Amino acid sequence: MMLFGRKLPAMSSLLVWAALWEVVGRMDLTFFVPPISAVFVTLFGLIQTTPFQNALGTTAYAFFLGVGFAIVIGIPVGILMGKTRFLDELLLPWVNIFISAPLTALVPVLMVLFGFGTKTIVITTTLFAIWIIILNARAGVMQINRSMVEMGRSFGASPLDAFFKIYLWAALPEILGGVRIGIIRAVKGVIIGQLLVSIVGFGALFELYSSNFLMKEFWAVLIVLFGLAFTISEFLGYLERKVSFYASAR
Amino acid sequence: MQNRSLFLKLLSAAIVFGAWEIAGRIPISYAFPTFLESMTALAQMTFDGTIFVAYAETLKPLVLGIAISGIVGVAMGLWIGLSARFEWLFAPIFVVMQAAPLAALIPILVMVYGIGLTSKVFVVCIMAMPVIVLNTAGAVRNTPASIKDMAKSFLASDRDVLTKIIIPAASPIIFSGLRLGVSAGFIGAILSELKITPTGVGDIISYSRSIADYPSMYAAIFSIILLAVVFLNLLELLENTLFEGNNRGYVSD
Amino acid sequence: MSQINPATLADARPALDSAVSVRNVSKNYGDVQALKNLSLEFPRGELTSLLGPSGCGKTTLLKIIAGLLPQSAGQIEVDGKTVTGPGPDRAFVFQDFALLPWANVLRNVAFGLELRGVAKSEREAIAEKYIREVGLAGFEKKFPHQLSGGMRQRVGLARALSVDAQVLLLDEPFSAVDEQTRRKFQEDLLALVANEKKTFIFVTHSIEEAVYVSDQIAILLPRPSRVSEIIRPTSFRGKGVDNIRRDPEYLDIVDEIWASLRSYVE
Repeated sequence: MMLFGRKLPAMSSLLVWAALWEVVGRMDLTFFVPPISAVFVTLFGLIQTTPFQNALGTTAYAFFLGVGFAIVIGIPVGILMGKTRFLDELLLPWVNIFISAPLTALVPVLMVLFGFGTKTIVITTTLFAIWIIILNARAGVMQINRSMVEMGRSFGASPLDAFFKIYLWAALPEILGGVRIGIIRAVKGVIIGQLLVSIVGFGALFELYSSNFLMKEFWAVLIVLFGLAFTISEFLGYLERKVSFYASAR
Repeated sequence: MQNRSLFLKLLSAAIVFGAWEIAGRIPISYAFPTFLESMTALAQMTFDGTIFVAYAETLKPLVLGIAISGIVGVAMGLWIGLSARFEWLFAPIFVVMQAAPLAALIPILVMVYGIGLTSKVFVVCIMAMPVIVLNTAGAVRNTPASIKDMAKSFLASDRDVLTKIIIPAASPIIFSGLRLGVSAGFIGAILSELKITPTGVGDIISYSRSIADYPSMYAAIFSIILLAVVFLNLLELLENTLFEGNNRGYVSD
Repeated sequence: MSQINPATLADARPALDSAVSVRNVSKNYGDVQALKNLSLEFPRGELTSLLGPSGCGKTTLLKIIAGLLPQSAGQIEVDGKTVTGPGPDRAFVFQDFALLPWANVLRNVAFGLELRGVAKSEREAIAEKYIREVGLAGFEKKFPHQLSGGMRQRVGLARALSVDAQVLLLDEPFSAVDEQTRRKFQEDLLALVANEKKTFIFVTHSIEEAVYVSDQIAILLPRPSRVSEIIRPTSFRGKGVDNIRRDPEYLDIVDEIWASLRSYVE
C-alpha cells in the first residue's frame, strides 16, 4: 500500500483500527468497548500487579514445559518414523488422526485424570504442539537425498552418528518449520487448557474479570496475550527465513 | 503391499486399543474405564438415540458458523488478494487472529451475546475465518503470472481473468483453507459447548463427568473425535479427486 | 539474397513490407536499463529470431511487442497500427506453456477463442482442426498433467494458431522439452512458417536452433541491450530439412555467431 509515494509498513493499518476503536469507545456506544487509551492505561497499571505477573508466570511455565516435551519427544519420533518404514506405518495413522482431531474434547479427560492444575495444562499444550512437529520431522527425513545417507554408511557412520550428524541436520529446515507451527498451536493450547480448567493462570483472571464486568482489565489482558502470541509467531517466522538459505542449498 | 499396509493399520489399532483396555483393567486411575466399557457405552448411546439428538444440537453452531465463515471468508480473501489497499487495511487483522489464542475471546462473546446459539456460532466463526481468509488471499496473490499473462495476451477482460484464471487456479487452496476452517470450527464448537453452556455432545461429556459415569464420557469424546477425523478425511479425499492434477502441470518437467 | 515470398510481394505495401516495426524502444526497470533505443523490422511472412546471451532483453522485447509490458520510450507498430496493449493481431506461445491445469486439451486450445466470445461449438471445431494439425488428435480429453512437456507445448502452439493472429510470438518455446522432441519441433516449425503465411518472432538462446529455423536472425547484445547484427541466411532454405545441418553456410553462420557472442558468456 502506497501513500504519497511512500510504502506504508505492513502492519501499520492496525493503528487505523486502534483509532476506530478509540472513537467507538469514546462514543459510549456499548459498555463492552471502553476506549483503547483507557485500556492501555489499565494495562500499564495491571502488568505491575502480582496476580497478573503470577498468571503470566504460570502460563509461561506451562507453555515452555509443554513445548519442551513436544520438541524433545516429537523430533526423535518424527525422525525415526521417517527412517523406519515399519514404525512409520504403525504410527502414521495415529499422528494423522490427532493432527486433525478436535483436541479440545480431550481436555475433560485430562482434567479427571491429572487434576485441575498445571499438569493438565502442560499436557494439553504438548498435545496441541506435538503432532505437527512429528509430521514435519518425518517429512524432512523422507526428503533427504539417498546419496547423503549412503555417503554416511560408506564412511562407516554408526547409527547414532547417522542420527545426530546426518538426519537431524539434513532435515533441519522442515523440523524448524514444524516447531514454528507447533509453538503457535501451543499458544492456543495453553489458553484453551486454562480456559477450561479456569482456576489457573489467565483462565482464572478471565473468570474474575468477566464475572465482575471489568472490561478494561479484560481487554488489557487480551491485548497482552494477542501481542505476545503475534510477537512469538513473527519472531519464529523471522528465524525460519534466516535458515531458509539452508533448504535451497542442500 | 495393500495387505501389508492394511495389516499394519489393524495391528496398530489393536496395540493402542489393547493398551487402553489393559490400562483400564489395572486400573491406572479410577477415572479410566476400559476400552470395552467405553465402546459398550457408545453402543448403548447409539441404540437409544441419545447420541443423534446430541449431535443434532452440536452440529447446529458448527454448520452455521462454517457456512458464514466460508462465504464471508472467501469473499474477504478474494478482495484482499486482489486489492493492495484492502490488503493493507484488513490482512493484519487476520494475521493477528491466526496467531492469537482466540479462545480467550469467549468470555467477552458470552457477555455480549449471552449463552445461546449466537455466541457459539461466533466462536466457530472466529476460529474458522482467519485460515479461510488468509488461504484464499494467498492463493489469489500467487496465481501463476504466466497464465495471467497468457489470458491477457489472448485479450481477456479483468472479469475473465478473475473468473476463468484466478478463481479456478486458487480453488484447490481455497478448498484446503475451508477444510482447515472446518477443523478449527470443530475445536470452536466443542470448546463453546464445554465452556459456554453444556449442550449436545458437550452436555454428555460434562454430565457423565459430574455423575462419574466415565465410560459414557469417554464414549462421547471418542465419538466426536471419530466424527471430526472421518469428516475431515472425507473432505480431503474429495479435495484430491476434485483437483486432481491441478497443482501439477505448471512445472515444465 | 533475401528470399521474399511472392505472395507477400503482391501485398499492399511492397516498398517496406514489415509486419512488425520496433522503433527506438527503451525499457527501464527502475535504474536498470533493459532495452536501449532499439529498432528492428520484422518482414511479413518470415520467421525472425531474437538471439542473444541471457540478460540481453530478448524476452522483454517480445513481451513489449505482445503488449504485456509497457515500453518506457519508443513505439511498436503491427501492420501500421501502434501497439498499446495485447491485440487480436498477435498470439503468444509461452516458455512454460501457460496451460490451464484444470482444463482439458480441447478447452485449452479453444481458450483464446473462448475469451473472444466465439460460440462453443464453433470454437471447438476450430480447436479440433488445430489439435490435428499439431499432431495431438486423440488427446482432446486429456489434461495437461497427463501430457509430456513436448505435447504440452504443442497445445500451446495450437492455442496460438487457433486465434488466427497474423503475428506469432514464441518465447523460447522449445527450451523446456528434450532434445529429440526439440528437433522434431524445429522441423514442424519450418513447415508451419511455409504453410501458414504468418509472421513469426522467435526468441531463443540456442544458436543452432536460430540458424536452423530463421529467415532472419537478430543478434542482441546486453549492457546496454542493442541489436548488434542482422543475419539473413540464403543458400540452405529450400534444400530440404535434412540437409540444413550439413550445409556449409549453416555451419559458417553458427561459428560466426558464436565468435561474436563468446565474449559475453560468463
